[in-house]
Amino acid sequence: MTKAAGHHPTELDVVLARHGRDRLRLVQILREAQEIEGWIPPETVAAIARALDIGVGEVESTLEFYSFFYRRPRGAYVVLFSDNITDRMLGNRSIFDHLARRFGVRRGEVSSDGLVSLDYCSCTGLCDQGPAILVNGVAIPKMTLARADQIHDLIRSKVPITAWPKEFFQIDHNIRRADMLLGSPFVPGSALKAAIAMGPEAFLVEVKRSNLRGRGGAGFTTGVKWEAAKKAQGDERFIVCNADEGEPGTFKDRVLMQYYPERVIEGMALAGFVTGARSGLIYLRGEYLYLKTPLEEKFAELRAGRLLGRNILGVEGFDFDVEIHMGAGAYICGEETALIESLEGKAGRPRIRPPFPVVCGYKNKPTVVNNVETLCKVTEIALQGGATYEGYGTKQSTGTKILSVSGDVERPGIYEFPFGVRVNQVLDEAGARNPKAVQISGASGACLGIREFGRRVAFEDVPTAGAFMVFGEDRDMFEVARNFAHFFAHESCGFCTPCRVGTAIQAKLMDKIANGHGTQYEMAELTHLREVMRAGSHCGLGQTAGAAIADTIGKFREDYEKRLAHKDFEPAFDLDAALARARSVSGRDDAASHILDHA
Amino acid sequence: MTDFETFLLDGRPVRFTRGQTILEAALAAGHYIPNLCHHPEFRPHGSCKLCTVKVNGRLGAACTVKAMPGQEVASDTPELNGTRRVLLQMLFVEGSHFCPGCEKSGACKLQALAYDLEMLTPHFEHFYPSRPIDASHPDVLIDFNRCIMCELCVRASREVDGKNVFALAGRGTASHVVINSASGKLVDTDFALSDKAAHVCPVGAILPKRVGFAVPIGERLYDVDSISTQAEKRVGEEV
Repeated sequence: MTKAAGHHPTELDVVLARHGRDRLRLVQILREAQEIEGWIPPETVAAIARALDIGVGEVESTLEFYSFFYRRPRGAYVVLFSDNITDRMLGNRSIFDHLARRFGVRRGEVSSDGLVSLDYCSCTGLCDQGPAILVNGVAIPKMTLARADQIHDLIRSKVPITAWPKEFFQIDHNIRRADMLLGSPFVPGSALKAAIAMGPEAFLVEVKRSNLRGRGGAGFTTGVKWEAAKKAQGDERFIVCNADEGEPGTFKDRVLMQYYPERVIEGMALAGFVTGARSGLIYLRGEYLYLKTPLEEKFAELRAGRLLGRNILGVEGFDFDVEIHMGAGAYICGEETALIESLEGKAGRPRIRPPFPVVCGYKNKPTVVNNVETLCKVTEIALQGGATYEGYGTKQSTGTKILSVSGDVERPGIYEFPFGVRVNQVLDEAGARNPKAVQISGASGACLGIREFGRRVAFEDVPTAGAFMVFGEDRDMFEVARNFAHFFAHESCGFCTPCRVGTAIQAKLMDKIANGHGTQYEMAELTHLREVMRAGSHCGLGQTAGAAIADTIGKFREDYEKRLAHKDFEPAFDLDAALARARSVSGRDDAASHILDHA
Repeated sequence: MTDFETFLLDGRPVRFTRGQTILEAALAAGHYIPNLCHHPEFRPHGSCKLCTVKVNGRLGAACTVKAMPGQEVASDTPELNGTRRVLLQMLFVEGSHFCPGCEKSGACKLQALAYDLEMLTPHFEHFYPSRPIDASHPDVLIDFNRCIMCELCVRASREVDGKNVFALAGRGTASHVVINSASGKLVDTDFALSDKAAHVCPVGAILPKRVGFAVPIGERLYDVDSISTQAEKRVGEEV
């Protein structure tokens, strides 16, 4: 395993030089440094610390935060199974177990020959074509047992991933309903030309008139955000495209970046035109690595067409360019201040707000952070004007919204509806199979039961960042909530007490119920815990981490109660489980070595 | 009469100067709001959330919300103290806090707050972390099992000592303080007993060696007066 001395420093030096030994680029440096050996050995940590003139602990602080960075050797092939509830519903666990058996390797371990390591990861944004996996960071959708066998053989024969069958990596857009955005042709540069003709002030007025609200979930008015960044003090400004689409069940930004990249990039340039920012950064989640090269090719194409770079479309002084920063497996980096910390090469822990990014963001300069879909929407406003736009959707939620529909439906995929659409209509168009629940806006969103299917998707009723997961009548909503509980425990950044400890306790309580040791007491505990997390947490992650549990306890209590022990209380201490170690040491696993009290 | 501004804390007017946080203003005026990760010499951190208050009906950490004239702040209410008690219980079960065997007992802010807020049991299942102790340094011992992730040592070392000895690494419950040396050991840093960072730990994680029982149990800081009484008295003495 050890490489010849002097070999790996050279490769690392190239990486360090490429990033100018800039501390702000530590996440990018670590990503590329890891490609050298597949993991990051201590001497690499020390070398990076020396080169960036920071402490070893600071490198470790970033390194240990992200799921896709490894401090221990990994297999030559790292296979990660997406473990969102939709992947589970499509049978990811049995495929995982099958592959684990064939390789003779257990979860989280490396095979003895160093060939392969297997593990689960958070939602990879392929819920409409799951179960999905990542092999050395590259996504493969539609896994089946047969495909798992093929992959097993390819890995066993050490075929490089670049030589694997192309169809493995084919990702469909599954656009099922196109409207204002997805259904309109777009000529690159047309929105910029329209905005330039209006001038930045007049175009900002149009954006404000449209009442466009951020599509990332929070729904802040885009025009107001741009205006604040424009007016903020600063010698430099930044436009950040939040492409860290980590919310379980959402995948519409992936489709927009793959099939509508001109819209996304032109939206960023429009934001630059209004605010005076000259630099744009796309924070692309690590799971979407396969989108990086196509996007960069698109940048080059747009530069050649004078739609990026200096003097855009010949306008003297209108300079704007874009680059990609890759994430490395951290849901919290979708929170805008955590995202900015990550852009600065640090662990993604949300900042204290205020100050808000529009005043003090990336490099402490005024920064606009917009969602991918929001940036596409501003190209529409440039072309059609704010007033036309305003006539679409509802009064408080103008325009259309793209929904990522997955779960128990005949036609999973992308649906663009005007805001205000009823949940029922989405279910009908997607061909929902006897739905009993819809989880809207992902794990942090709301769980609606049948009686609420008449409600509307809009900021004033059921707000959503786009996820729309459908659960049929035979689904167990306890297992849905338990999947989310483990997701949040895994993704909590660990900064504040209520979220760091609360999400872990929540997951333990859900496991206790799953194992048949739960009582009404645990139900009350979960409800109380949710209130403490909501009241005390530093950011939206902790504030919403208990929502799915509270919703499902309220609406699908029977899915919990059928598991409860018929007692008032069961202690957390499980005597039988505590004896597992003794059994393992003594080599016994017979009935007499177990304590049976599942009465 | 109008050369100062006030806000209301639990119905009582509190004077403040512009730029002060609610917590700073309250403590300066002798009104205690429970807190752990706050230190008057450092910038606000806002991670322990013990100081969570209601400001005009909205929840926020008093250490990060700026005081504004006319604010109505609720702090000493059954609801907020209930939340604080749960937060303390969370910290107690996350780490290993065996007060009877800890030499910080009696001078520990976590323990003192638990008494003050009448936390009677840890309530939740213990996590029993297994974090190796660092006894490498000649003058200071670190028991990471008692760490509450307040980052006071991290901040003190960077901001006051100019040394950068500590950093917080990991994520979620795997969060942990790391030491900035190739070996990861304290002895291989320039850390010294005279550092600010050696004396800011609110719990018994960073302990100067050989002085553990110089002050007998029963005569320690919070043995005499509760942590809230202390805070209120301290202001009285200064005035």
